[in-house]
Amino acid sequence: MKRFGGGPRRISDVLFRGVTLLLVLIVIGLIVGIAWVLISGSWPSLRTFGWSFLTNQAFDPVHNTYGVAPALFGTLVTSAFALLFAVPIGVGAAIFLVDFCPRPLRMPLAFFSELLAAVPSVIFGLWGFLVLAPWLGTVGEPWLRQHLGFLPFFQGASHGLGLLAAGMVLVIMVLPLIISISREVMLTVPRTQREALLALGATRWEVIRHAVLPFARVGIMGGIILALGRALGETMAVTMVIGNQATQPSWHLFDTGYTLSSVIANQFGEATPGLFISALLEAGLLVFVITLLTNILARVLIARIGGTSRAGRRRS
Amino acid sequence: MSTVAHPFQTPRSAHSVGRQLANGLAIVFTLACAGFAVVILLYLLLYVLRQGLPYLDLAFFTQLPTPNGEPGGGMTEAIVGTVLLVGVASLVGVPLGVFTGVYLSEVGRGSFAAFIRFLVGVLTGVPTIIFGLFAWALIVIPAHTFSGLAGGVALGIIMIPIVASTSEDVLRLVPHELREASLALGATEARTILRVVLPAASRGIITGIVLAMARVAGETAPLLMTAFGTPFLNTDVTQPMDALPLRIFVFTESPYQIQVNQAYAGAVVLILLILLASFAVRFATGGFKPRG
Repeated sequence: MKRFGGGPRRISDVLFRGVTLLLVLIVIGLIVGIAWVLISGSWPSLRTFGWSFLTNQAFDPVHNTYGVAPALFGTLVTSAFALLFAVPIGVGAAIFLVDFCPRPLRMPLAFFSELLAAVPSVIFGLWGFLVLAPWLGTVGEPWLRQHLGFLPFFQGASHGLGLLAAGMVLVIMVLPLIISISREVMLTVPRTQREALLALGATRWEVIRHAVLPFARVGIMGGIILALGRALGETMAVTMVIGNQATQPSWHLFDTGYTLSSVIANQFGEATPGLFISALLEAGLLVFVITLLTNILARVLIARIGGTSRAGRRRS
Repeated sequence: MSTVAHPFQTPRSAHSVGRQLANGLAIVFTLACAGFAVVILLYLLLYVLRQGLPYLDLAFFTQLPTPNGEPGGGMTEAIVGTVLLVGVASLVGVPLGVFTGVYLSEVGRGSFAAFIRFLVGVLTGVPTIIFGLFAWALIVIPAHTFSGLAGGVALGIIMIPIVASTSEDVLRLVPHELREASLALGATEARTILRVVLPAASRGIITGIVLAMARVAGETAPLLMTAFGTPFLNTDVTQPMDALPLRIFVFTESPYQIQVNQAYAGAVVLILLILLASFAVRFATGGFKPRG
């Protein structure tokens, strides 16, 4: 948008523009700098291990050999678990907030969900560690083993802490994000679309099914991918409840595990210069690249519908 | 007359009953989803508040942690540390964030501005531990010591996109007539932005900054490898420094019940901080900000 144009430029204006542009360039420089630090720092590890870094089971400082296969597996499993439950619940709740909820309750509930998106992750970790994990270990997991034990997911010893606990905490953490983005996207559906279907005699659900969801689908997808990015990169809450012991990747959700970011959070303290630090930075590089790609995809999708919708620019 | 159906009456048929049923099921399902989300999140918040509030006493704010779970003590060093860390972070994040917002709203145009806006958006999605790694590699490793400075820099980078996007939003809401009036009076572009546009938007920008400060005050992951934490009071930013979320993290996994209780109390402080900041933003921007 052209706000100021034409006319002779004065020195003060040129100076002001120069200073503003300089600060913006610093921000770009920071992003480039982060990428450069991660790439150059992980170079020794990249060169030594190559692709085997992704498939090697051991992150082993004693033998100075590093791989993140269990962490990569843990990251994917916990994030998939989180989306599996958070997406239907979140989109359902958003539909309720936009279309069915009594009008006086809409704004307070929307504000509540935005507020919860801002609760620090250490608090979810605290609750997960002190309440959820002990409950899972003594009540939840034995119950699941007894009643759903024929599924591979619910076999093996209960620890409380583990992949299941991490996945459940992630469900709760990404719910507010999915609710508020889906809600904002559904609010951009033109009123006339809804009214047209209502005038044809459609029920409220048919309006949602045939007018709202097809219109909002791309944006909701964007929101889901944004939530995926958050789940993939979440560090504190997951580190506190996942147990931080690498086990052979398996479908047993009761097992303890690692995610890429929890490896970093756990290991940097002992890191010695050389391959160890380099391997941690490579784990960071992996997280960076994965979340960068998911975020770019999400933002492209959201931009396709909302135009300047704020949904695409929230802190995720 | 009775043979003519009322024009607004829905015709009753098997098909219609099915449609009404689907509608009813949709209401029940979405209500259950919303109910589940609200109940679980409300329960979580209230549980933490109930566990923590009894331990939120004066000592919590005025005393240092006791060793080995001896009774008493508080989190003074963590509170002081968080204030200092957020201060350093603001020195980094506020100027860069506000001027990025000014650039996006007032100065930049075309594809370059769109590119910057895209970058700012992407920056918000990068996990915060990455910024911690960046500050670790850049400051901690060369200095051979963990430091508050490194933590502050990491938090500052996290602030930039939050401050930039709220600043851009509120600057765009400043009426165009204000800019035109200032320019018509002969003010330069720089003077118009600095003396007219920014003051008009100052309330929104400041609340955006407050929100960003509250947000980074709750960050733990980037501080693990930068500020690191210490049970002693430290105001020297070149040394390891404690922070409230770091102390909560350590005490949560403590074997001593008294420290676990203090972790809950610390969590209450963080929740109240976020609550206050969110309400502040709501009230400050609610007046002139169109919301869905």
